[in-house]
Amino acid sequence: MSHAAAAEHVGVEPAESPLTPESWGKLGMWIFLAADAMSFGGLLAAYGALRYGDPTWPNPAHELGIQLTALMTFLLICSSVTMVEALAAIREGNHTGLRKFLLLTICGGGIFLGLQAYEWHHLIHEGQSITKNNFGATFFILTGFHGCHVFGGVVYLSAILGRAVGGRAGALLLGLTAAIGTVLAIYVTYNSAMLPVGLLAPIAMAAVVFLVSGTLKGGVYSAHENNEVEIGALYWHFVDLIWILVFTFVYLI
Amino acid sequence: MTTHTPAQIAHEKRRYIQVFVWLTVLTGLELGVIYLPLTKIAIGLMLILLAGTKAALVAAFFMHLANETRTLAWIAATPAVLCVFLVFMLLPDLGAITRVFSQATPQASSAPPPPH
Repeated sequence: MSHAAAAEHVGVEPAESPLTPESWGKLGMWIFLAADAMSFGGLLAAYGALRYGDPTWPNPAHELGIQLTALMTFLLICSSVTMVEALAAIREGNHTGLRKFLLLTICGGGIFLGLQAYEWHHLIHEGQSITKNNFGATFFILTGFHGCHVFGGVVYLSAILGRAVGGRAGALLLGLTAAIGTVLAIYVTYNSAMLPVGLLAPIAMAAVVFLVSGTLKGGVYSAHENNEVEIGALYWHFVDLIWILVFTFVYLI
Repeated sequence: MTTHTPAQIAHEKRRYIQVFVWLTVLTGLELGVIYLPLTKIAIGLMLILLAGTKAALVAAFFMHLANETRTLAWIAATPAVLCVFLVFMLLPDLGAITRVFSQATPQASSAPPPPH
């Protein structure tokens, strides 16, 4: 760097920081996740406090469908694997792999929400509600709060997929498509109360996202520029991590 | 921006599959543990241990916390420490809730029926 250029850059903070050698975005996501983890921690602690001394608390194994929820847990674990595979693919410069694995992750998140809508429908029609007792209140608040995170993750990853194939406009288009598609899939599943619909409606949503993504041009990620994919992956793994805890505390213990 | 060599990526991919297998096995174990003929507290402790292991695997390998700077690890550990602290802060309330329920239950059963 010449003396003139060096003088021009005096006083400008470096883009990289010793705190986070990768990026400020990653640091920001970690701080957000830490704050979000405390929200979940507060909810889980309140759940424990309400449940601990209550002898009338129902046995979750009798009230809730553990087999279905175990399937949902497995699904989220699989979607975490597809997410890391998507990141590994773009680090190799493999755009097709990124697109394929991101789409599988989105599909996994969508099916999770479809199955949750199916579960909620049956619980509500069996008489459970958020106002009935502490069991219902804590169950619907905890799983609902987590479901909102999954919904946000599906839209977020769809926006990243859009950016991967079509830049900023692509991110907006695919984010909106996924948001509308997921809401429709949840609505259809909840009202039909059929398990196959809970599986097929989110797959249809992912298919629409795939078709729309095929029309886009001008992606921005490469083997060297994939920081946004890594930050999105952090969010998705966090959603998986929290579900591991919710599954254990609410459904199993 | 960090560049990853093909050898590093291949190693990471193998690790991801190993972690996936472990997570699946631990989830299966969790489902098995609830049917063991043990006390509720023992089952609860085993489930918490299994869930903690699964969460640590996701954080360390999928979220790459094992390869991050120490500062990021501290940021990630802070909520866990605070949540444990919160649980200990709630312990007196837990005792109070237990007392309320244990006192309310016999009184409710022996109380005269309300006048019509």
